[in-house]
Amino acid sequence: MIARVQSAAPAILVRDLHKSYGNVHAVQGIDFEVAVGEVFGLLGPNGAGKTTTVEVLEGYRPRTSGIVSVLGHDPGGRPRGLRERVGIVLQSSGIYRHATPRELVAHWAGFYPAPRDVDEVIELAGLRECEGVLTRRLSGGQSRRLDFALALVGDPELVFLDEPTTGFDPAARRAAWDTIRALADLGKTVLLTTHYLDEAQALCDRVAIVKSGRVLAVGAPAQLGVGASSRYRVAWRNEGGELVCRETDDPTALLHQLTSAALARGTGLADLSVSRPSLEDVYLELTAEADVEEASR
Amino acid sequence: MTAALALTWRQYRLERKMFWRNPSAAFFNFVLPLLFLALFGAIFAGSQEDLDIIVPGIAGMSIMTTTFVALAMNVVFLREQGVLKRLRGTPLPSGNYLAALAGHAVTNTAIQLMIVIAAGALLFNVGLPQDWVMLVTFVAAGVICLASLGVALSHAIPNFDSAPAYVNAIFLPVIIVSGVFYDAENAPAFLRDIAQALPLTHLIDGLSAALVTGAPFADHLDDLAVVLIWAALGIVLAVRGFSWEARRG
Repeated sequence: MIARVQSAAPAILVRDLHKSYGNVHAVQGIDFEVAVGEVFGLLGPNGAGKTTTVEVLEGYRPRTSGIVSVLGHDPGGRPRGLRERVGIVLQSSGIYRHATPRELVAHWAGFYPAPRDVDEVIELAGLRECEGVLTRRLSGGQSRRLDFALALVGDPELVFLDEPTTGFDPAARRAAWDTIRALADLGKTVLLTTHYLDEAQALCDRVAIVKSGRVLAVGAPAQLGVGASSRYRVAWRNEGGELVCRETDDPTALLHQLTSAALARGTGLADLSVSRPSLEDVYLELTAEADVEEASR
Repeated sequence: MTAALALTWRQYRLERKMFWRNPSAAFFNFVLPLLFLALFGAIFAGSQEDLDIIVPGIAGMSIMTTTFVALAMNVVFLREQGVLKRLRGTPLPSGNYLAALAGHAVTNTAIQLMIVIAAGALLFNVGLPQDWVMLVTFVAAGVICLASLGVALSHAIPNFDSAPAYVNAIFLPVIIVSGVFYDAENAPAFLRDIAQALPLTHLIDGLSAALVTGAPFADHLDDLAVVLIWAALGIVLAVRGFSWEARRG
């Protein structure tokens, strides 16, 4: 992933955000910052409070408490100046059923002070093949591409993507990922939510793992793997041919032991591997810990 | 100002275009009242007294279908589909959007009324409107009243599947008791009392005076007052309950 220029003021700042619906505390003190030009992911299971958080930032929901700043604005008042600089892809939202993607992209362009070229947006979103088809005849993947196009046509500085690929087949997901990477290459700041680990890993510069309305860990996907748990996993086949797996903080010592023993025996070490925990391991570990904490509360 | 008008105008044109591309919506909004006019016109042919009642009656019904019925259904649909929520995330100001939606409904009202009035003059011997000022005043009051009540009703409708049931449960009894198809004076007393409390009866009374009888405007100020009281109630309910997205869960 390309390192991106980061300016001093963050594009998004969230401090101790709380949001309750009646007795349900959907968000219970979330903190994070998204730098300008960064692709930031909120990763967590369904019901973790990802969408609530994003919808507070988008201006759809008032917050219960906390500080929130989006491009220097408080999104709570939905200032028009902010809406002109932000593109939103909602988790699911309908559109005029009797219009074509081209008509809609052109219409949406008229909402913004300095829109992108309609053709360019259609190309970028991959809508060329269906630009003249009524939206009610579009496939799920094509509809999602239209969502992207409508969010992009205003040439926003910041794009919110709420579960951009949920329910996609693998090919459609790859296509959506390419579009998101193209956004990043254009220098846009992206905040996306996902419950797919591979998606977070593939797209995000940094990720916040969210569960039950709290942030469990924040960091680059690769760092999260190492930082949250400093263990290495070493696996090999023993003399009986069994696959053995051991976790250690000091793989050097263990490897020295293993290789010396193997040399002494005059045999090889079949299937030897050393790996760091993947984002998935960290995610499962953290979310399981959160479950235990919750149960003990 | 001009930029705001241009934005509303663009949105209005999109709404018009979408309306004509959806044949079933166009049918319910347009053809149904005209079909009723044709059928009752045929049934009452030869009885000028009845024709004089059906023409302003259908005019009142047209205002109700193009505003109350259309907006209640439309807003529920747009809300449930998430179109309202999506638009709310764009820089398009809510006021411009709602003005475009209202303008779209009013255009349908105007077209319908022109057809009904023309049919009254050419086919049913009712003549041209007697008092244009009164006609425009009552139509405007009726549109504001029934449009806002339609939007207010949309807040009470849980989802689009049940929208026709909710809308018809109100629309059908109201057009029957309010004297669209017969002289409301001939209805039994209890129905008359109910009808007197509803705005459509008074709207039709005013339209009847403006279109057919030529009774002085001053005699129908109480009718106008009832329509405006309902309009005030409708506006308060429409604004207070307004939601840009479907309820959760």
